[in-house]
Amino acid sequence: MCLAVPGLVLSTTGDDALTRMGRVDFGGVIKEINLIYVPEAKAGDYVLVHVGFAIAVIDDQEAARVFELLQQIDEAAGTQGVAT
Amino acid sequence: MKFRDEYRDAEAARRMVEAIARTVTRRWTLMEVCGGQTHSIVRFGIDQLLPDTITLLHGPGCPVCVTPVSYVDKAIEIASRPEVILCTFGDMVRVPGTQGSLSTARSRGADVRIVYSPTEVLEVARAEPQREVVFFAVGFETTAPANATAAIQARREGLGNFSMLVSQVLVPPAITALLAAPDNHVQGFLAAGHVCTVMGYQAYRPIAERWQVPIVVTGFEPLDILEGIYRCIVQLEQGRAEVENQYSRAVRRGGNAVAQAAMDEVFQVTPRFWRGMGEIPDSGLGLSAAYADLDAERRFGSVTAKQETRGECMSGLVLRGERKPTDCPAFGKQCTPDHPLGVTMISSEGACAAYYRYRIHQRQAVTESE
Ligand code: SF4
Repeated sequence: MCLAVPGLVLSTTGDDALTRMGRVDFGGVIKEINLIYVPEAKAGDYVLVHVGFAIAVIDDQEAARVFELLQQIDEAAGTQGVAT
Repeated sequence: MKFRDEYRDAEAARRMVEAIARTVTRRWTLMEVCGGQTHSIVRFGIDQLLPDTITLLHGPGCPVCVTPVSYVDKAIEIASRPEVILCTFGDMVRVPGTQGSLSTARSRGADVRIVYSPTEVLEVARAEPQREVVFFAVGFETTAPANATAAIQARREGLGNFSMLVSQVLVPPAITALLAAPDNHVQGFLAAGHVCTVMGYQAYRPIAERWQVPIVVTGFEPLDILEGIYRCIVQLEQGRAEVENQYSRAVRRGGNAVAQAAMDEVFQVTPRFWRGMGEIPDSGLGLSAAYADLDAERRFGSVTAKQETRGECMSGLVLRGERKPTDCPAFGKQCTPDHPLGVTMISSEGACAAYYRYRIHQRQAVTESE
């Protein structure tokens, strides 16, 4: 039930923080999404959407962190299989 | 899809599994408390990739599954009134009450409608002003802000025909209840990422400290879950019990303040009965005094607690992580998604449904290829 899906904000409408909506692209399927909980979201951002409401803007930098961690882990273990 | 496919990369997953295998030196038991994570674990076979020394238990991570019989009965009673349209999320309509489900009530003529978003309930209320529109609102903290917003908007628009039957549940008190059980053997938790997207993770610090368990806020894709497990195992091996945030691309320490403000306006913390777990203090949300006029229990009478009936189904034990679905003698035989005996098979997020969907077919595929 807590399923939330990442989508790309194409455009936003409404300046009122209480009614702000956005057109969000989920891999080709475009939906009108409520943006009231993400006042900072703007076109070009990825948001996480649950039951029609965006609940977070996805942080690009943090999103890459797990791959950096993998790199560190592999280096520490000396199992550098990624020299390719 | 960006922010999904890269976390399903098989090579990255393999490297994380190897890191886990290199780290673990003894037996550990972890639990995830989110049906979405349970689903990913079973679907991608994550439990089968892990060293045998790591046991994953599936916790009470499905709000539909833990909704008590008494609320389902009340929803059916309300829905059966001729003036009422009852709206709820899809999974909820099949959950059995004492006699039948909302789905059977619908086949007897009740006007029960499935919504994807709480805002659709408002559309129904606007379109049918002569009917009473009741929203059976269930969910964890992830869904609570959206449900709260329906109440705020109904109030603002003066929709006098809108009310809510609320059975919202909160995750940290359930984790505490599991840890306080005398036979608990969970040593570390993966906390539900989207619950924390809304609430942040400060509430888990006192739990980690008091019970000396690592709690890692974890996302839903295979690589997220594997990293959550890795971080939990590293902590356990080092004798640490801290709260860590694996899902930092979506979860901030304090959560989403705007969403929390909506929840705080509409809801207040209440004791709540969980199916399979009994009453847990401060584990639910009900309407606050300011929104009491939208309370369906006020309009249609309050929910009366009922004794849960016990049959051959062991979904209570499954919900507490004490049994795996495959331990149940009825699993896949008398009990299937088409003929479910218990709520963990009925809800698509229940552990029994996940095992049925991904494991039965897997087993068949294996036998067929042999
Ligand atoms: S398999 Fe069916 S009968 Fe067995 S515990 Fe799960 S829901 Fe209950």
